Amino acid sequence: MRWGVVQFPGSCDERDALHACGLTGEARLIWHEDRDLGQVDAIVVPGGFSYGDYLRAGAIARFSPAMEAVTEFAAAGGPVLGICNGFQVLCEAGLLPGALLRNEELRFICRQVDLIVEGSVGEFGPLSGTKVADSSEGSETLSIPVKHGEGRYWAPDDVLDEIEAKGQVAYRYAPGQNPNGSVRDIAGVRNEAGNVLGLMPHPEHAVDALTGSMDGLRIFEAVAGARA
Amino acid sequence: MSAPAASSPHRELGLTDAEFELICEKLGREPNGVELAMFSLLWSEHCAYKHSRKLLRRLPTEGERVVMGPGENAGAVDIGEGYAVAFKVESHNHPSAVEPFQGAATGVGGILRDIFAIGARPIAILDSLRFGELDSERSRFLLDGAVRGIGHYGNSIGVPTVGGEIYFEAPYEHNCLVNAMCVGLARQDEMVRAAAAGVGNAVVLMGASTGRDGIGGASVLASAELGDGDEAKRPTVQIGDPFEEAKVLECCLELLEKGLLVSLQDLGAAGLTSSAGEMASAGGVGIDIDVAKVPLREVDMEPFEIMVSESQERMLAVVEPAKVDAVLALCEKWQTGAAEIGVVTDSGRIRVLRNGDVVGDMPVEALVDGCPLYDLSPAEPEEWIYDNRATLAGEASTEEALLALLASPSIASKRWAFEQYDSLVGSRTARRRVEGGEAAADDAADAAVLAIPEAGNAIAIAIDGNGRRVACDPYAGTIEAVLECTQNLACAGAEPLGLTNCLNFGNPEKPTPAWQLDRAISGLAEACEALGGPVVGGNVSLYNEGPEGPIYPTPVVGVVGELPDPGVLPGGAFAREGDAIALLGPFKPSLAGSELAKQRGELRMGLPQPDIDAVAAACATVRGAVRAGKLASVHDISDGGLACALAESAIGSGLGCRVDLSPLLERGCSVEEALFGEGSGGFVLSGQRTELELLGALVLGEVGGNAVEIGAGEASVSIAVEDARSAWLSLSV
Repeated sequence: MRWGVVQFPGSCDERDALHACGLTGEARLIWHEDRDLGQVDAIVVPGGFSYGDYLRAGAIARFSPAMEAVTEFAAAGGPVLGICNGFQVLCEAGLLPGALLRNEELRFICRQVDLIVEGSVGEFGPLSGTKVADSSEGSETLSIPVKHGEGRYWAPDDVLDEIEAKGQVAYRYAPGQNPNGSVRDIAGVRNEAGNVLGLMPHPEHAVDALTGSMDGLRIFEAVAGARA
Repeated sequence: MSAPAASSPHRELGLTDAEFELICEKLGREPNGVELAMFSLLWSEHCAYKHSRKLLRRLPTEGERVVMGPGENAGAVDIGEGYAVAFKVESHNHPSAVEPFQGAATGVGGILRDIFAIGARPIAILDSLRFGELDSERSRFLLDGAVRGIGHYGNSIGVPTVGGEIYFEAPYEHNCLVNAMCVGLARQDEMVRAAAAGVGNAVVLMGASTGRDGIGGASVLASAELGDGDEAKRPTVQIGDPFEEAKVLECCLELLEKGLLVSLQDLGAAGLTSSAGEMASAGGVGIDIDVAKVPLREVDMEPFEIMVSESQERMLAVVEPAKVDAVLALCEKWQTGAAEIGVVTDSGRIRVLRNGDVVGDMPVEALVDGCPLYDLSPAEPEEWIYDNRATLAGEASTEEALLALLASPSIASKRWAFEQYDSLVGSRTARRRVEGGEAAADDAADAAVLAIPEAGNAIAIAIDGNGRRVACDPYAGTIEAVLECTQNLACAGAEPLGLTNCLNFGNPEKPTPAWQLDRAISGLAEACEALGGPVVGGNVSLYNEGPEGPIYPTPVVGVVGELPDPGVLPGGAFAREGDAIALLGPFKPSLAGSELAKQRGELRMGLPQPDIDAVAAACATVRGAVRAGKLASVHDISDGGLACALAESAIGSGLGCRVDLSPLLERGCSVEEALFGEGSGGFVLSGQRTELELLGALVLGEVGGNAVEIGAGEASVSIAVEDARSAWLSLSV
């Protein structure tokens, strides 16, 4: 399993993502000016404030050479995981539906939240239909932190109805734990093909019991397991 | 030489007539405008420490683990396997009192630069904040802005804010305190000093371009009292750009990793003047700078403006000529500015040129080290000089008092603020999840713990400084601040390695603040000597006064310690029904200077003198028990006394307690002292009764139920854990 983690000037969580990916395979950074992704099996677009996020979160990063390559990689069916700022970038790039707006309370929020997995963790990207071992009954809950100022998921009602009908909602905040006012408690979405996933919570910060939780590792394992 | 006229420029720049005469003597002539501007900044209190330097000589700075001590951009201690931990705390008080968002943000930016200037990657930020009481609109404005500013900078640059403290006291109403501490991790063989070296080497300015922001910040803002019309000082507040700093940070660390720099220094107060001056002074060399080569934001800037601008996100490096191209190329990769602006010389002088013409020429020694150092004229005040305002009725019941204390903004959970900070980035922050409790950050955690897998261990960090208690007795109060940090570290099983401090005081030219400063530094020296903890760096912020007088004297102490295994730490919250609860340590509770005395309006001079050796012994016992995994929970007794410590341990997990404080009464404590008295040396432990007794702890009760029930002779307190939690979580703006 070979992971590529895109690094923009202003990325913050790229080393954490590299570490999390490294728990399930090989991982290396991809510089934002590189048009060539090299030999990779999956891409992570990490959290942070790419290019300072001065215009609008993710709005500048989507034009980077590396993102052009990521867009082609995704179109060819390659798995792409966008975390926080990476989710914003993927929405700006049109790889995922919807947009991320400023948090309802207009403040940055860092907090551990419970996520309800729609389907199972294993239903990521090309894994559709594959279940991870211990998620056989009912919906599964993952404890993963959020940390963002612009994480309020939004899309027009008709788009929301459509993505719900197509099973594109990947994660919802558990009842009462929506930290930012996201519409329909949506924390993460997939593209229609299922190989591009974006979420505001940070699974790379939930791969070690010492730092709070190991639940995020499941998401990385699911991708690696499918590509192995 | 004729006496300067009354309207002399040097007075407007904050220099005394005598200081101006001394400058003329050292130069052999009157300084020109460029030179006067540069001297006025480097001879300001902020840069020259002219009222504190003599006192600071009392502090111990040596220790076998010290890798870098005072005089460098930050201090550093050895943590094994070839790694060092660098740390420093610094103030940005006056800018924050004028414009809290940018003031606090650039305070964080500045302390980050100090850390990566020595080649350490910043891995944690802590903040120590002081505001007026929260019923004041101004205090809420300052708190909100400062918290957002800290979050804006720290979150954006990807360094976690892992801890800190906030106190609300009326004497900070006009002059809030914003102290930021940064901790970094470095490979010792990649660390770099600030001393310029190598005649003929290039001087390269990296990072942001230079503008007119922050001109005179060190002298106008940082070295004078605040007063009416401070809005007009807003242009002297710098504007921060964390994205620029993120690029400069990564660029500098890569330059050092590749061995491309001879030395490195950040640009802070007094901009290029202090950076170039200090680098030349430390290296015993001279530096020529051509201001025409400095990239500018505005084309028509004067040489003096370029030399004193405090534009943020800039670094100054000395580079061998053969490596300049490689340095510029790496700056290009990180999309950050870089320009060769000068050269290291053997002249021992700082020369400022514009397109080759000399526009300023001063001996480094006169500029950097020539400022006279002053003795203080301290005088102990005869009585309490600050206001006393009662907010809690004298006849309030013990339940009412406990709830009022828990809800007091200084004691209550600061979750409202800490949730605005990214505390996770970097994947080092240990977070305890309490069964049955919330999976949130541990609000009441005594110290922040960060894993250092590179060295196979972990560090714990604590920051503390209760200004109210220091005001009661600057000597004992400062010792208590050091002991509090030591106790916090013990709760995490950590042994102190080194200490940094930021001394926030009033006008040192007045007798009472002078006395406070003198006594506090003596207390700090005494505590550090007795504990064997060296002071590796720090900062002094004076002239913190408003129209009503000085702030509480506030020495903020930051301590970094080492622990072998962050995986075995107990939390601060009760963990198991039926566990015994015990008190450990030489705790002699007193209402003097306590939160209860404040709320009753009964503050006066005087604190009991702490027994440093006894507290150190208790810390060693707790540290050993924590490392051996013998404790289910541990929490140190601090603000609000034993009753608040018990309530906090219950709130964390939702498990109540039944405790009898009769043993304290038998030692001579009154009921109120036993419940709410404060002082150093006390720990609340829970665990197996036999284990606690083996430690020499005094068993007081057990964990259980859903209420905090405390008996003290005839008196008793009983409040539901839920009610305690509601009071404790009531803080928001």
